[in-house]
Amino acid sequence: MGRAKLPRKSTSIDMTAMCDVAFLLLSFFILTTKFKPAEAIAVTIPKSVAAKVAPTKDIVEVIIDKDGKVFLSMDDESIKEVVANTLNSTKGLNLNVKAFKAAQFFGAPFAGMASYLALPEDQRKGNLLPGIPVKDSTNNELTTWMSAVVNAYQGKKPNFLVKGDNIAKYPAFKAVITAFKKNDILKFQMVTSPEGVPVGTDLWKKQQTGEKREE
Amino acid sequence: MAEMDTSGGGHKKGPGVKKSKKLSTRVDLTPMVDLGFLLITFFIFTTTMSQATAMRLNLPKDADKPEDQNKAKQSGVITVLLGKDNNVFYYEGELETNAANFKSSNFHDIRDVLMKKKNSVKELKDYVVIIKPSDECTYKNLVDILDEMTITVSTRYALVDILDIETKLIQMSEASAANN
Repeated sequence: MGRAKLPRKSTSIDMTAMCDVAFLLLSFFILTTKFKPAEAIAVTIPKSVAAKVAPTKDIVEVIIDKDGKVFLSMDDESIKEVVANTLNSTKGLNLNVKAFKAAQFFGAPFAGMASYLALPEDQRKGNLLPGIPVKDSTNNELTTWMSAVVNAYQGKKPNFLVKGDNIAKYPAFKAVITAFKKNDILKFQMVTSPEGVPVGTDLWKKQQTGEKREE
Repeated sequence: MAEMDTSGGGHKKGPGVKKSKKLSTRVDLTPMVDLGFLLITFFIFTTTMSQATAMRLNLPKDADKPEDQNKAKQSGVITVLLGKDNNVFYYEGELETNAANFKSSNFHDIRDVLMKKKNSVKELKDYVVIIKPSDECTYKNLVDILDEMTITVSTRYALVDILDIETKLIQMSEASAANN
């Protein structure tokens, strides 16, 4: 009994379909990718179970770096202009408003603000800057900053964010909230990276039953 | 290719013209696929999918007069103190004069402590956590303990300044732990 001979098939496969898929995925990832902007202030943020995505618009962000130095950053240029003018008139700083508007963040005592703004942008690195002085409770300069910011927003509520480094010590954070409290900023948000809810905890049980979390 | 066909359209090629070989239009796409997937993996690894989240914190307004301050029932109160090197201390109710109820813990065990306390109070509204961070603790410790509040669904908690006596107790117990 002779067996029927199987016809020999070519091993080369048509790659066109696979190529299509590969490039479709590639274009998807290229378009959705957002490169992290090179951060002048290196901050490793802590983790939390908070699920709300941090706002990116209308933000007033206070950054605490690992040495407890405090920086301030705002995204609205018109607000920055008002802040610069306020500081110029109340503190007599004579700041360059244009440079102030262009600055990504602020991290110098009032006395050194003018020379800080004179620095080129790429030389403003967190580890070289003095930061906004907050430690001295009688002369917490962040209080003045925040009151200028609150004034500039004229009753509107920006998103106040605090972004702290894991190993920043508590007194720096306390000084920040003191500055907030003095300006009646009682609601703010802390930027964290997401983490799963531990199994078996009350929050986890709540989520299992489908209850909505109040944030 | 470069020659022009001057003969009339549709005219058959003469006997002297060579028949050009029909080349296959199929190209081997394997290297292209390789390149595609290489780039895909690059973009997958560099992309940051997880966006930063925000944890809300609402501060109470400072009450100047003591009678304006919130009162909490002693039986439902647990005070959590944050020391250096991720040490956590706690006591229930009021601190006894001989500090007998001053206990040491860590970030792993504090959840059980809080849960036990929460389940043992008679009325849930009496359950209040007081968080007292010392100057030695880090920002991470604070976020962790606030996160613990969310995890254990402790809705009533307060951030309070630490007292001198408590700072001393933390230092003493840290020193004794270091000696052991």
